Amino acid sequence: MPSPPHEPPSWRQHASGTHAAATAVEAEPSAEQVIAGLRATSEGGVQLLNPEGERVSHPDFDLEISAAELKSLYRDMVLVRRVDREGNALQRQGQLGIWVPLLGQEAAQIGAGRAMAPQDMAFPSYREHGIAWCRGVDPTELLGVWRGTDHGSWDPNDTGFQLYTIVIANQCLHATGYAMGQRFEGMIGDSETGEATICFFGDGATSQGDVHESFVWAAVYDAPVLFFCQNNQWAVSEPTERQSRVPLYRRAQGYGFPGIRVDGNDVLATLAVTRWALEECRTGNGPVLIEAFTYRMDAHTTSDDATRYRLAEELEAWKLRDPIERVRVHLVREGLAGQDFFDGVAAESDELAQRVRSHAEAMPQPGPERIFSEVYAEASPPVQAQREEFLAYHATFVDTEEPLAGSSIDTEEPLAGSSIDTAGDR
Amino acid sequence: MAAPATDRAGSGGQGPSNGPSNITLAKALNDGLRAAMEGDDKVILMGEDIGKLGGVFRITDGLQKDFGEQRVLDTPLAESGIIGTAIGLALRGFRPVCEIQFDGFVFPGFDQIVSQLSKLRYRSQGKLPMRLVVRIPFGGGIGAVEHHSESPESLFAHVAGLKVVACSNAADAYWMIQQAIDSDDPVIFFEPKRRYWEKSELDTSVKPRPLHTSRVLRTGSAATVVAYGPMVRTVLDAAAAADCELEVIDLRTLSPLDLAPVFDAVRRTGRLVCVAEAPGESSITAEVAARVQQECFYSLEAPVLRVTGFDTPYPPSKCEEYYLPDLDRVLDAVDRVLAH
Ligand SMILES: Cc1ncc(C[n+]2csc(CCOP(=O)(O)OP(=O)(O)O)c2C)c(N)n1
Ligand SMILES: [Mg+2]
Repeated sequence: MPSPPHEPPSWRQHASGTHAAATAVEAEPSAEQVIAGLRATSEGGVQLLNPEGERVSHPDFDLEISAAELKSLYRDMVLVRRVDREGNALQRQGQLGIWVPLLGQEAAQIGAGRAMAPQDMAFPSYREHGIAWCRGVDPTELLGVWRGTDHGSWDPNDTGFQLYTIVIANQCLHATGYAMGQRFEGMIGDSETGEATICFFGDGATSQGDVHESFVWAAVYDAPVLFFCQNNQWAVSEPTERQSRVPLYRRAQGYGFPGIRVDGNDVLATLAVTRWALEECRTGNGPVLIEAFTYRMDAHTTSDDATRYRLAEELEAWKLRDPIERVRVHLVREGLAGQDFFDGVAAESDELAQRVRSHAEAMPQPGPERIFSEVYAEASPPVQAQREEFLAYHATFVDTEEPLAGSSIDTEEPLAGSSIDTAGDR
Repeated sequence: MAAPATDRAGSGGQGPSNGPSNITLAKALNDGLRAAMEGDDKVILMGEDIGKLGGVFRITDGLQKDFGEQRVLDTPLAESGIIGTAIGLALRGFRPVCEIQFDGFVFPGFDQIVSQLSKLRYRSQGKLPMRLVVRIPFGGGIGAVEHHSESPESLFAHVAGLKVVACSNAADAYWMIQQAIDSDDPVIFFEPKRRYWEKSELDTSVKPRPLHTSRVLRTGSAATVVAYGPMVRTVLDAAAAADCELEVIDLRTLSPLDLAPVFDAVRRTGRLVCVAEAPGESSITAEVAARVQQECFYSLEAPVLRVTGFDTPYPPSKCEEYYLPDLDRVLDAVDRVLAH
């Protein structure tokens, strides 16, 4: 276990004596407090590449990395950001009901995703488009969830990437159980072939009982599960202070396993720490908790209006810590990549975005039979009867075969979306 | 996107004018909550994102600003925590009103609702009343992802000790939320989310009917159609389009049911269609059908028909137009009962 990260700055801690007085009225963080929060990352979290693009050393986590690997991480981040921005645009243009942006979390996700081995299993929440990318799930496969044509079309068994889970923290218990299974089947121990499970969840999710129970189970059964919390500072409109008095990584201590904070905007640090943690799990020393300290640079979803609850200064401050920019600066400064490399990645990302767009535009409207498909393994006679009856009824409307416009509502909501062409009809 | 949310539910500190006004269901709820909070300082609101954001549907918009953070609590993200601590606050004499962000997210709190909230009065033989409201936006039709469009009301109606209601228009929203908060029983309060932004008349000078009563919205002799929540609008539209006279009843209260007006109507019309978005199996519509056949057997001219969601999980939203009962399916069922 590496040495414990430093204490966070005082404004994030609640000295027990003064707590009641200090929080009787939860003040908005001032701009200085926001900056102090940023310091918490550089002081408290493992960092190997600072926001200025300079390599920094760390006693426990050094990373030997080739120019080719660095460029590859940069490419990953640029491509997933481009997919993300395209998802946002497709929602604005009515092609998707909603999009859940990962903007700002590219390093946390690519660092974690690239640390995984093929035999590992990932349990995402709903924002992990970058993890999907690393697991070989084509970005077009993500679209159905947000367009409303399916609940996830990729194969979790083939990709090692489970379906998105929208009910906050439910997947943490599944990940723990899956990891218990890896252990029961004797699949841990060997550093090369051993298996591990990684579970993704947010800062808000840490308040759910499911997370507590996951930590208990994982500890009691020595499960090879890495709990990877992306602390992006916000759970919709609620800052992390609404969820915890202590930095989240410290929670692990109470359950008896290591917890560590990493600068989640530093892809190298995230990669190094996640590799270490997965190795711990793989070789029988799980579970581990990683808190990737990062920032949600966009709204919660395309239905959310973040200006209602957070300071513009905060975003500006985090822009200086952009996860992609620091790698670009590093590559340039060290002379590891020339303009043609950057141009090439930009061109590739445009092509990818175009492919995502064309795919979205061509996605077929699912027919009514989809409703009744795979409800049970053994067909339920009443459901079968409803199916036959509805399909016969539906067939009487043959001439209205064009896609049905959904009724819509402007929800301003986490994960609901207005459906497509009727958004203005209220 | 439509106008900023503030302009829709936001009340800017103003209650409704005394007299008739045409307002959205969302604004009526906001006004009703405000009135309840002004009337009793033990009324507090609890939920995720209900403070500065005003809730994802803006139902609590402006209330934290006006009543403070101790009356409008942005809670940690945990529904069991919300309901469980609200129960503790109720034991302490508060009247908590909990907001569940979406129907599909009530289940982490289901244990507290079913095991504790519903039973504390009974276990204590009346010494521990549960004056607590759980507000749940419910139903589909908004093009949302999974868990945002469900209709779980029957699960709650099945639990003894809980009262369950569903509003369908602005006036009911305004009064029913206040009556629910005023109730000495725990009330699960369902709000038809796809109707939040529909306007209807609220006249605060007209005294409300009691909470646990259903209401005849339209009289007719051909057949009776019963609905609640979001389907009331659908059924009224169907009745307007039908070429016969339909009696339309808004159930409003799902537990206890108030079926006297339904029995009365069925005795006159001899025909009944029950409409709900929820799956039909073991549901509110099943209960209504069972009681009507028991009470009105000799008046029935046709089998009671139900128009409901299918007995499947809520489908991907591109299929919801097939899943949700609509005007055509309601009229189709009306034709079928009339064919007898
Ligand atoms: C059980 C449950 N309650 C509420 C919600 C609504 N909701 C969706 S996302 C979200 C905030 C989650 O915050 P966090 O865990 O920090 O993850 P992030 O969205 O920031 O990635 C909420 C409250 C939900 N999906 N599930
Ligand atoms: Mg978060």
